[in-house]
Amino acid sequence: MSRHEGIEAALTKKIQQGGKCLVPYITGGFSGYLETISAAADAGADAIEIGIPFSDPVMDGPTIQMANDVVLSKGITPERILNDIASLEIDVPLAIMTYYNVVYRYGLERFAAELKESAISGAILPDLPLLEAKPWMDTAAKSSIETILFAAPTTTDEQLPEICENSSGFVYAVGLLGVTGAREELASSAQVIARRCKEVTDKPVLVGVGIGTPKQAQEVAKVSDGCIVGSAIVQRLLDGGGAESVGEFVTELRTALDTI
Amino acid sequence: MNEPTELGRFGKFGGMFIPETLIPACQELEIAFKQAWSSTDFRKELDDLLHDYAGRPSPITRCDRLSEELGCQVILKREDLNHTGSHKINNVLGQALLAKRMGKTRLVAETGAGQHGVATATAAALFGMECVVYMGEVDIERQALNVFRMRLLGAEVRPAVSGSRTLKDAINEAMRDWVATVEDSHYCLGSVMGPHPYPWMVREFHRVIGAEAYSQCMDVLDRVPDVVTACVGGGSNAIGIFSGFVDTEAELVGVEPAGGAAIERGIPGVVHGSLSYILQDEWGQVLEAESISAGLDYPGIGPEHAHLADIGRARYEKVTDAEVIEAFQLLSRTEGIIPALEPAHALAWMSRDRESLSGKTVLLNLSGRGDKDAMQMMEVLG
Repeated sequence: MSRHEGIEAALTKKIQQGGKCLVPYITGGFSGYLETISAAADAGADAIEIGIPFSDPVMDGPTIQMANDVVLSKGITPERILNDIASLEIDVPLAIMTYYNVVYRYGLERFAAELKESAISGAILPDLPLLEAKPWMDTAAKSSIETILFAAPTTTDEQLPEICENSSGFVYAVGLLGVTGAREELASSAQVIARRCKEVTDKPVLVGVGIGTPKQAQEVAKVSDGCIVGSAIVQRLLDGGGAESVGEFVTELRTALDTI
Repeated sequence: MNEPTELGRFGKFGGMFIPETLIPACQELEIAFKQAWSSTDFRKELDDLLHDYAGRPSPITRCDRLSEELGCQVILKREDLNHTGSHKINNVLGQALLAKRMGKTRLVAETGAGQHGVATATAAALFGMECVVYMGEVDIERQALNVFRMRLLGAEVRPAVSGSRTLKDAINEAMRDWVATVEDSHYCLGSVMGPHPYPWMVREFHRVIGAEAYSQCMDVLDRVPDVVTACVGGGSNAIGIFSGFVDTEAELVGVEPAGGAAIERGIPGVVHGSLSYILQDEWGQVLEAESISAGLDYPGIGPEHAHLADIGRARYEKVTDAEVIEAFQLLSRTEGIIPALEPAHALAWMSRDRESLSGKTVLLNLSGRGDKDAMQMMEVLG
């Protein structure tokens, strides 16, 4: 595995070897986040999603909102986070997750170039649906940046193949109707959306939103190629657990996914 | 006024920048709205409601004493006389009727000053629908009366406790709610903003203001006024009255609070579903607007206003809180009409720029009445 080979290549290799993919989400700029990213990589993450905080994160629930607010109140800029990541020595591919206005304000070309410069392979923009994504995707593609698109439980059968076809890196299958955040039980919609995606694409299909425990990860990955875990990790950072706590948790998730 | 393009663009502004989860709902809404809007049954049902329930048409009032004071002829479009006390009822009755037609059982809304929340709660009560209204914690404090009214009407008022805890954050919360409840809920957005089809649909529901005002002016003046003015936060009442005069010679003037002047101080960006002018920092973080009026306390502006400003068809002025407080008293004193703080912005601009308006006829959209602001102004004025 290498940081530079890209997300889709890395995940596809993993899947071909019979493995399941684990993508932890970590809030960029949060105290100790660089050590946390390294710890997650060491604990067996296949790719890592790094959040760039935005003032109005409509797709995020209370946990990630709170971490966002902590970072923003310290005046930490997207540029600072991208620079930090550039100097990070790590061997798994990375994606940033932010909202479209951050990209738009940078300028599409400049943002894509900055990602490339920081050796970030992909971008996840939850308020940029396929219908509006073309200008960004075209620009991103020129810098070899993968744009990961969302397939939602509400996405129609007509729209689903087009989303999967245009997504690169993986298909982000939204596990439930709602915003990010850990839930008590795995929603029944999680396996349903994973199955629907798998039926129309050969790209890696990872389920995110509402996956917060090793058991839930295991359950959903019986159908999907893996999962994204965000709020449950960020909660550990908010609780002061730091890199060590996240490392332990990612190890648990890894073990669960390796024993399906 | 033109219809937006397929992806909801007014010029370069607008669009559908929302999570993929909501795309099917917005598309379904667009189709349902188009069908309803061209259905004579729907139009009749809505017209009857506007007439029998909301009290339309609202009159226009010639203001002799105020005109004398300002040196121009002032005519007010009396949206303050509608049921629930503002123009918001036009849009809400339309959307609630549409939601019912679409089989939705629950209305979600955001509110700033509380006028849209009260209107939505009213429509929900009328149609027997469940209603949840998100309101910034700061606004809940300064608009306690409207919070009580909403609860009295059977709505649940939920505080938005993140960010600036005002209208912008109430919209975030309402969108998060809708992402989770989209199957049975309709998001009853209160202004000409958000993702397509909202800016267009909400404008269509408020066209009645401009259509009535146009024919009333023709009756009374036998011509269109020289200037049509309205306050602008998101811009729904302004778009409503502008729509009746955009194809005439009348000058269109929107008035924003100085602490939230998105047209003058904003930069194009994407928030709450559409591309428009937004107050933001160099990294794209949305800044907080500041205004004495909770209803205009918004860092953006509806995309069609951004377009009208860009092509020079409308211009946008800004006024300070102090000027608004003066205007609030001026209309009360001269005409016996206590305005809401929002339309007092438009009057504040007229009062300040009275020299340039000398001898002209000005139609001002009095979008709401001031009862809701009485407590707040009692503290300000002592």
